[in-house]
Amino acid sequence: MKQILVISGKGGTGKTVLSASFASLAKKCVVSDCDVDAADLHLLLRPKVKETINFKSGKSANIDENLCIKCGKCINFCRFDAITSDIRIDHASCEGCGVCTYFCPVSAIKMIENECGECFISDTRYGTMVHARLGIAEENSGKLVSLVRKKSQEIAAEQNCEFLIIDGPPGIGCPVIASLSGVDVAVIVTEPTLSGLHDAKRVIEVARHFKVAVNLVINKFDLNLDMTKTIEGYCSKNNIRLLGKIAFDEAFVKSLIEVKPIVECEYSKVNKDIVDIWQKLAYN
Amino acid sequence: MIISVASGKGGTGKTTVAVNLALSLDEKLQFLDCDVEEPNAHLFLKPKIEHVQPSFIKVPEIDESKCSLCGKCQSVCQYNALAVMPKTDKASGKVMVFQQLCHGCGGCMLLCPEKAIKEVDRKIGVVEIGKAKDIDFFHGKLDISEPMAPPLIRHVKRYIDKNALVISDCPPGTSCPVVTAVKGSDFCLLVTEPTPFGLHDLTLAVELLRIIHVKFAVAINKSGETDNIIDDYCKKENIPILLKLPFDKKIASAYSKGENIVEVFKEYKNNFKGLFNSIKTIVNNK
Repeated sequence: MKQILVISGKGGTGKTVLSASFASLAKKCVVSDCDVDAADLHLLLRPKVKETINFKSGKSANIDENLCIKCGKCINFCRFDAITSDIRIDHASCEGCGVCTYFCPVSAIKMIENECGECFISDTRYGTMVHARLGIAEENSGKLVSLVRKKSQEIAAEQNCEFLIIDGPPGIGCPVIASLSGVDVAVIVTEPTLSGLHDAKRVIEVARHFKVAVNLVINKFDLNLDMTKTIEGYCSKNNIRLLGKIAFDEAFVKSLIEVKPIVECEYSKVNKDIVDIWQKLAYN
Repeated sequence: MIISVASGKGGTGKTTVAVNLALSLDEKLQFLDCDVEEPNAHLFLKPKIEHVQPSFIKVPEIDESKCSLCGKCQSVCQYNALAVMPKTDKASGKVMVFQQLCHGCGGCMLLCPEKAIKEVDRKIGVVEIGKAKDIDFFHGKLDISEPMAPPLIRHVKRYIDKNALVISDCPPGTSCPVVTAVKGSDFCLLVTEPTPFGLHDLTLAVELLRIIHVKFAVAINKSGETDNIIDDYCKKENIPILLKLPFDKKIASAYSKGENIVEVFKEYKNNFKGLFNSIKTIVNNK
């Protein structure tokens, strides 16, 4: 089984559209969406949920108003600014360390387990999909990503799938690091802009730090041909395989509105490029 | 007044809106880039960096001569960052510290009965401070392979001058980094694009702002024929749309080179000034 992670550093470069197209082109695959706090892949693949797993992780402080004497001691011990000046827990900021509970003189604070999201196992036209929804403003997105990774790997192995295609999160922090674990290749989708290249470089460094092979795709390459050249130069200098370039095409947005992977839209002018990219990525 | 610019979905134009807003105002202001995983505003504001401040979180260090291997630290730590290796015939036993898992809460140090734990600094990134013309510029840069962004975001925010006008460019998503960045703002502008992805992630961001009680409104970037996707939702939810930036290849091309809309197409300055006035009205409206 080949595990392919699609990431970018910068958001909005086309990760999800490309992941959906790969799922459409792969004959036998499991797909997963590791962008758990702004998941979008399900909008294109329209999964039918078969199984929901509650994701509990970490704890959150709760103050018993009847016991609290408003001494404010807890505020001084909290390093996450999670207790307000009127002694209430700001749940969005609480990181669940529990230090406040140890120092409350009247034991008014208890830690309660968080239900912070759900993981779904679903059917799509392309194969099984594993995806998730992190509760709004919740912690531990990295751990939820790890759960999605684990489930999708198990299912792909069970079904003897040739490919596991993973739509990754933006950035370089804990969700990205959790997504990278165990993958065979990271496809970096970038665009020919200063910020696209800047962010791609950072996420490439992260992938290489974790010893994951890196391939690159330049999306909307004709938006700035000079910058595309710069990126190509960067790839050859750093031994990064360039899988291909995709021209700017209004079909991208149109396909989203029709909720179809772009490779399934006959009006798209970039389908050949995407198929070529997939062939290279999948088979050589 | 602190104005945050956030989005839910990445790549909708947060940085573009934040930077062009900052460049359109005649007031003295602070610009913060809180997207510490992938900071981009400096590519557009081109600040002259004057100071580089390393950013640390506190992690435990065990004084083995004092440690009794009692295991209190391990039981206190909610992040599995400490593990007691018991004493055996062959080994003397020790407490292992997994620094990357540590959130720096200080619990183990405070509760160690032998006072065998002290906190040491672990570097997670840098805060760079500089000037872009009259704008005081601050951004955080998370070190490669470092998982935890929120402590660095908190560090960047410590430079906020409460009396100043602050524009803060935030990370994408709806989890802890965004909460850390947006918290304490007087207003948050949500930048979206008129696609189903833009709408989906906008609805999540709206939920987030309602939970943390920050006033907000929407800006549509790459605006065009499909705006009704966002317009209809905002109308239904009673959310004002304060700005629309048209989809225009000329703008995209300028952006790709690190050029700013209000510098290349000066007529847009008024749009951003108007945006600022609308924000002020909303903030001052109790």
